[in-house]
Amino acid sequence: MKKNLDINVHHITRVEGHGNIIVNMRDGVLEKAHLNIVEPPRFFEAMLKGRSFTEAAIITSRICGICSLGHQITSLKTTEAALGLEVSEQTILLRKLLVNGATIQSNILHAYFLAVPDFLDAPSVFPLIATNKDVVLRALRMKRLANDIADIVSGRAVHPITPVPGGFTRIPSRDELLHLKERIVTEGLPDAVETVETMKALADAIPQFERETEYISLTHDDEYALYDGDICSSDGGTFPVEDYLNVTNEFVVEHSTSKHARNKREAYMVGALARWNNNYTRLTESARDAAETLGLKPQCYNPYMNTVAQVIEVAHCMEESICIIEELLGRGLKAEKPNQIPTRYGRGIAATEVPRGILFHDYTYDNRGQIVAANCVIPTGQNLANVDADMQKLVPEIVNKTKPEITHHLEMLVRAYDPCISCSVHILDVEFKDS
Amino acid sequence: MKPKVAFFDFTGCEGCQLNKLNFENELLDLLAHVDLVEFREAMDETSDEYDITFVEGSITTPACVERIHDIRRRTKVLVALGACAVNGGINAMKNIQPIDAVREAVYGKDKYRFATLPAMPVSAIVAVDHEVRGCPMSQPDFLQLFKALVMGKKPPTYNYAVCVECKLSENECLLTKGQVCLGPVTRAGCEAICPGVGQACIGCRGFIEDMNQEAMLNILTEKGLSVDEARKRLQLFNAYEVAV
Ligand code: SF4
Ligand code: SF4
Ligand code: SF4
Repeated sequence: MKKNLDINVHHITRVEGHGNIIVNMRDGVLEKAHLNIVEPPRFFEAMLKGRSFTEAAIITSRICGICSLGHQITSLKTTEAALGLEVSEQTILLRKLLVNGATIQSNILHAYFLAVPDFLDAPSVFPLIATNKDVVLRALRMKRLANDIADIVSGRAVHPITPVPGGFTRIPSRDELLHLKERIVTEGLPDAVETVETMKALADAIPQFERETEYISLTHDDEYALYDGDICSSDGGTFPVEDYLNVTNEFVVEHSTSKHARNKREAYMVGALARWNNNYTRLTESARDAAETLGLKPQCYNPYMNTVAQVIEVAHCMEESICIIEELLGRGLKAEKPNQIPTRYGRGIAATEVPRGILFHDYTYDNRGQIVAANCVIPTGQNLANVDADMQKLVPEIVNKTKPEITHHLEMLVRAYDPCISCSVHILDVEFKDS
Repeated sequence: MKPKVAFFDFTGCEGCQLNKLNFENELLDLLAHVDLVEFREAMDETSDEYDITFVEGSITTPACVERIHDIRRRTKVLVALGACAVNGGINAMKNIQPIDAVREAVYGKDKYRFATLPAMPVSAIVAVDHEVRGCPMSQPDFLQLFKALVMGKKPPTYNYAVCVECKLSENECLLTKGQVCLGPVTRAGCEAICPGVGQACIGCRGFIEDMNQEAMLNILTEKGLSVDEARKRLQLFNAYEVAV
């Protein structure tokens, strides 16, 4: 059958930011299948120009509310690398706790509020309040817990306040951390287990689709890399973070205000599924058990399984958070002032695994501590070429379904990547020519 | 009949929208009293008319201008949510750079491919009935306003400085500790959350009406900032209002 197909989903719902899905098929030949990013560009480079090192993280945090902690932590590490600011073990532990909390928060938000409605054929999470109240309440409870980690350690979940270059303006108290740990043990862990059960009951609704691609994430010898590590490609090799430009190779495409990226192949994938494929051996044992329950096996090539990988990370991050709090308490909390006395001025590069994948910041400072050049490579931008490649393989495979069904599959695919479109149009990557 | 409520986002980081999803328990209570008809970030449905509309983000393109006029026509009450919508917020920082240079730096020869305007608050284009300030907008503030609107009462407004709330909370003043705090000229309503955790106020709620800009600049330069740095600090969230 020679099929004609025109799909144009204007401003896809339940994703962060504005994007359109465009598919054209003429006489059975796929002419176009891509995610069109239409979010207005934000011109962050103009904002950072000439800004003090104390303001960089405040500004880049506002690239995206959902990823604000990730941008902030990456920005701080970048500034510290550029200015030679050492931070304490305690600072690193507190930041790791924040990164774990942010991963729980973001993965839960995506899995329950944005993806699960698809699996239950609901247009949003709101009708589920009536039909699946215990599930919604659990989702809210888990988000509350993750937000409380952020509130207690960083002062605020959206655009954190206390993390600054060189440390924190306030250290949480022993009692606050003890109480937090208690809640993770009594609420967080059981809720994570229940979440795995819920996901298992819905697993049949996850489309069967495979396309092998290159998976890129951080990797670390001692831990499931989130806060730090080297760049790792599933096609082989690890690289220092400083060499990120050789991996990301960003390029401009006609249909998107956000740039695309490619490494060894036409496209690569970042995010929970990439982390799983590259680093599953470093997950906690119970997280690996959960993966088995959910049928997630290493080297999984189904992008729809990204949501499942997120759920598994939630179980992992709950346990990790407990370990980190125990270590902090074991060492004894010290009141420390942030170290803000630069020992050098120059270029710094840093990367963090934020919920949607590997995030790079790269700044150059002049000798007044003001930014002269900046570049951020965002997970969603890195995934865009891969989303398009998936669509181009997927559409012919499901072409005999009805148009609404095809559209639904494509929307689910885009949502599975948990795209963050505000982030992807940040447009930071520019040398300032006149400075 | 329950009021029909909608949320729309323009140019911003969607942090304000997210902050709403973070109400958790209160969210469920609140939803029982309204009919949520449009919220693209969380649901598929749409509607044609609204009683209360919340708008997040700045106006930055000709398409934004068209959309906000359309929304204004279809809603009874329009509320600007967060610094981007209320006073341009962090987006307005791009306005203080020459616009052509900005575009050229980013897009090179394609600099006119994407139409862009200076970042503007919603009130620069259409009438705004109420506002919730902050970057992100503060949750208690939003809840208070939302409840007042649902109950047909007048929502609170603030025209006094963050310092007032800060002193009420008995925080140690950061200015006396050598930090550069914008509390003296920034509008209250956040309960001085930043100084409360040892971080200086960066002016995210916009300035009080009768602010003394010169006096504030003097305080900042006394703390060691150059005049240029002091001005840039004031402009972080307020470049739409504070001239270069
Ligand atoms: S006001 Fe702040 S939190 Fe809200 S959308 Fe704008 S940048 Fe984001
Ligand atoms: S810390 Fe800032 S807000 Fe608080 S009293 Fe001092 S100047 Fe005012
Ligand atoms: S203290 Fe200042 S910067 Fe902090 S939330 Fe309040 S107005 Fe915004």
